[in-house]
Amino acid sequence: MANSASTTTPAGHDEGGTRRDFLYLAAGAVGGIGVASAVWPFISSMNPAADVRALSSTEVDLSPVKEGQAITVTWRGKPVFVRRRTPEEVKSAVDVALADLPDPQPDQARVKKPEWLIVVGVCTHLGCVPLGQKSTDPRGDYGGWFCPCHGSHYDTSGRIRKGPAPQNLTVPGYEFLSDTSIRIG
Amino acid sequence: MAQQSQSALIRWVDHRLPVFSFMQHELHEYPTPKNLNYWWNFGSLAGIVLVIMLVTGIFLAMQYTPHTDHAFDSVERIMRDVNYGWLIRYVHMNGASFFFIVVYIHIFRGLYYGSYKAPRELLWILGVVILLLMMATAFMGYVLPWGQMSFWGATVITNLFSAVPLVGESVVTWLWGGFSVDNPTLNRFFALHFLLPFVIVGVVVVHILALHQHGSNNPLGIDRKGPQDAIPFHPYYTVKDLFGLGVFLIAFAAFVFFAPNYMGHPDNYIPANPLVTPAHIVPEWYFLPFYAILRAVPDKLGGVLLMFGAVAVLFLVPWLDTSRVRSARFRPVYRQFFWLLLVDCVVLGWVGANPPEGAFITIGRIATAWYFLHFLVILPLLGKLERPLPLPTSISTPVLKGGGLAGASAAPMEKP
Repeated sequence: MANSASTTTPAGHDEGGTRRDFLYLAAGAVGGIGVASAVWPFISSMNPAADVRALSSTEVDLSPVKEGQAITVTWRGKPVFVRRRTPEEVKSAVDVALADLPDPQPDQARVKKPEWLIVVGVCTHLGCVPLGQKSTDPRGDYGGWFCPCHGSHYDTSGRIRKGPAPQNLTVPGYEFLSDTSIRIG
Repeated sequence: MAQQSQSALIRWVDHRLPVFSFMQHELHEYPTPKNLNYWWNFGSLAGIVLVIMLVTGIFLAMQYTPHTDHAFDSVERIMRDVNYGWLIRYVHMNGASFFFIVVYIHIFRGLYYGSYKAPRELLWILGVVILLLMMATAFMGYVLPWGQMSFWGATVITNLFSAVPLVGESVVTWLWGGFSVDNPTLNRFFALHFLLPFVIVGVVVVHILALHQHGSNNPLGIDRKGPQDAIPFHPYYTVKDLFGLGVFLIAFAAFVFFAPNYMGHPDNYIPANPLVTPAHIVPEWYFLPFYAILRAVPDKLGGVLLMFGAVAVLFLVPWLDTSRVRSARFRPVYRQFFWLLLVDCVVLGWVGANPPEGAFITIGRIATAWYFLHFLVILPLLGKLERPLPLPTSISTPVLKGGGLAGASAAPMEKP
């Protein structure tokens, strides 16, 4: 570099500059890619590990649940509400006009068997667990669940009706293994 | 200067908080002797390894459980289940070994070129403080996986303190938080293993502060006579340090990916069992020379004192070495003793790795005696008896008179 600089014409000087720029950029690129690929494993290590991912399904026996009762099961560390609805509760969920809903969704789209409503028991506002599983709990103005944190009311289909929550309670993926048991996840 | 920076924002910030001026002054213009060789890479390398250890350690702590029932399993979970957990742990494991490799080279560099001499005595002492903190941190870190070597290493090392007269037993009980190494011990070791690296960072900052007061020593061991003897740190030494870093990372990666357990001990993959001691327990390789000194003395208290003395004597080196010439390049006799000390330390490590029986006991005792003889007798006497070679008048002189870059070596200087 020093030798070429001492004997350069203006054109040669440009050439020298280009070569230095190239080295500078190439070294910077290698360093940048190196650092980025070193950072990746660290970020990835904070994602769910293999043992956590392996725990992503839960089987539930429905036989002890009587009509009008509800149970709470744990799936991926979160509560899942399983409610065996009475015919009146199903009727009130089906009869609602979609236009009245903040997050319009027909009841049929939220259940596999009308009798069984299965939703993730986490309020879609800020993640509290709504009340309404026990018969003594307040169930809100629509007979479903009531979130005590910020006052969201859910109906008998787990749909948001009143309050700050933006969406209906999430329906997890699940399937009926038999008439009286399901697998969530 | 940052004050003349193009960016108005940088000038605005710098006027209120002179971070840019500081970096400009200490990392860019910082005048550095122009004759530093590659042995001067190891200081910045040690700093980089410290950062690697901190980052990997924090991410491991996110997955680790400091409880005797779960510690071993949580480490195995890191190895098997956590995404790239094996990589992060192997980097941390081998990083500890490489940290000591780099720091030992850094220390021997200092001993060879007399970097501890006036006005750099405090710089050296701070370095020895860092070494002590590193040893404590490494020891407690090795306990955390709660394997057999963890448990029995912790038992043996904490029992060293039982050698203290009168209060020894109480001190050990206090260290353990119980009547044996158990869950309270593991918990406090985890807390301290997390804390101490940040203490090390603090001492490193002061170490660098002390370094920048008078700048680096150099292979000739003579002071800079003027600006012609120095070059700015950036880009000359940033590039040199980065090149060294590249070479270092190749060696480091070779171990991490191809021989991650080479420097470890297989017994530590057996869960801790307080009822069975492994047949042959040894510390990690970087403690072996000190372990050999401990075992060289047939007396419990004596062995412990001598082992701690082996590090403590380093604090005194600036005053034990009475020679006014820094670099071993101009001290033909000291130079030979330097290499002898290096061999002695390797021999001590070799003895430490072997069971204390037969010839190893004798060799260990001779090597231990030589270690202390070197520092306590040879260093003070040599300064008085040795006739050093004539020093060059400045850093630039050998370069200019030697005709070309090759003249930077000491060869022309050694003519009387």
